[in-house]
Amino acid sequence: MTTASSVQAPAREPLFSKKNRKLISDPLNDSNPITVQVLGICSALAITVQVQQAVIMALSVTVVTMGGNFVISMLRNLIPDRIRIIVQLVVVAALVIIVDQLLKAYQPDVSEKLSVFVGLIITNCIIMGRIEAYALGNKPWPSLLDGLGNGLGYTWILLAVATVRELLGSGAISFPGMGQIKLLPQEWFIANGGVYENNNLIILPPMALILVGMIIWIQRSRNTSLIEEN
Amino acid sequence: MAFDKNNTGYTLLFSTVMVVVVGAALAFTALALKSQQDANAADKKMVEILGAIGVKADRSTARAEFEQYITERVAIDADGQVLSSYEKGRAVDPSDAEDPFNIDVMKDYRATIKPVVKANKGDVTAVQSAVKGLRFPLYRCAVEGKELLIIPVVGSGLWGPIWGYVALESDGKTIYGANFDHKSETPGLGAEIKEGFFTSKFKGKELATGAPVLFSVVKGGAPTDTHSVDGITGGTITSKGVDEMVNRTLQLYQGYLSASSNLSASVQP
Repeated sequence: MTTASSVQAPAREPLFSKKNRKLISDPLNDSNPITVQVLGICSALAITVQVQQAVIMALSVTVVTMGGNFVISMLRNLIPDRIRIIVQLVVVAALVIIVDQLLKAYQPDVSEKLSVFVGLIITNCIIMGRIEAYALGNKPWPSLLDGLGNGLGYTWILLAVATVRELLGSGAISFPGMGQIKLLPQEWFIANGGVYENNNLIILPPMALILVGMIIWIQRSRNTSLIEEN
Repeated sequence: MAFDKNNTGYTLLFSTVMVVVVGAALAFTALALKSQQDANAADKKMVEILGAIGVKADRSTARAEFEQYITERVAIDADGQVLSSYEKGRAVDPSDAEDPFNIDVMKDYRATIKPVVKANKGDVTAVQSAVKGLRFPLYRCAVEGKELLIIPVVGSGLWGPIWGYVALESDGKTIYGANFDHKSETPGLGAEIKEGFFTSKFKGKELATGAPVLFSVVKGGAPTDTHSVDGITGGTITSKGVDEMVNRTLQLYQGYLSASSNLSASVQP
């Protein structure tokens, strides 16, 4: 990757020019895929019960978004317009199957936990959305960065929501390869004579949307340019 | 643009090339990773088998624990005659089709047993005549000085396959332990069959003798006796699936279990 791109780089702008850096930083805030573009909401509520699952999901989506953007951008002058959506789907589906197979072979426990959600990466709107909106009209390297940026934007929202949900819902945080770590002292719980109880509402899917709503609220009150005028 | 990329012939050519390239890439990935994936599946199976006798193992320790506890892997036919026996010390070899460990009970269930079960509700004799020619695996092991038999069970839940392992003590009747898992049962309801609170109910129960029903999972909350356990409230279809699967499978193993030569070895107190 780095060798190929560093060969073509000196021709024009530097690899991480201001414009290219913006491709990564923008989706983290001003054009966040979840809170501003409102893409990929479905997986944000399905997968955020545990941090561990959220990390793996976010990583997979980031890899697939980058890969999809890159491949489609390379082919952008060859893809016939009439079948471009089909081509996008085939490329994304192939990448997802490869990710799924790799997880099955090298991370079997995670693969079992994610089960159907891996297949659902294909339908994650972020991937198709970024391909259609960006990769079809831009060069491979910026497309790759755009994929990375949007993947990271998706990642931090997922991690934020999952951290709150797992901490308040299960009283623990789980990391890949480390299992669940009970952060709250056990004697706090009612079952052990304390006054605290895990909140089951947090575990239920609607709470994920409420949390995403809160993030959107905070984000828009800090960044008034995002507020639409009626 | 040097060529018209919206021309029909080009569109056809593009899609053909795309399908071939993507197909080849996926086939290559699947083939390259298959052995690793199969090894993972075998590890998982060992973890589940050990779970039935209460040995907690994970993927990394599965093979070592399996070698330590399982003393014999046996394949029997529908009448209970022993077809092949692999003693302890002979490592599980994924390429050896004769190895009882490699018998795909899920495949046999889907292809042969399931259609018969559906067509003849609850009639085990119909199943018994349909399974002639199949091979049935079982595992012998020694735990805490007891000799145990572990029998794999496979059936259908509400949404998809369910499976598990039932460990019997050397009298061939007393259940030492059980372990179940499922593919896609409802979380919180049917999916609870894999949880300890359900599987632990099987411990110490006994199979009925001679009766057409050896063992049953009764509707949640209903009274139970030594030949039945309480099902899961809200998971009725899954509980029925467990009931059917355990009862049918143990019936099919009765030929082996009732032959005293298979059990006598350690019956003396």
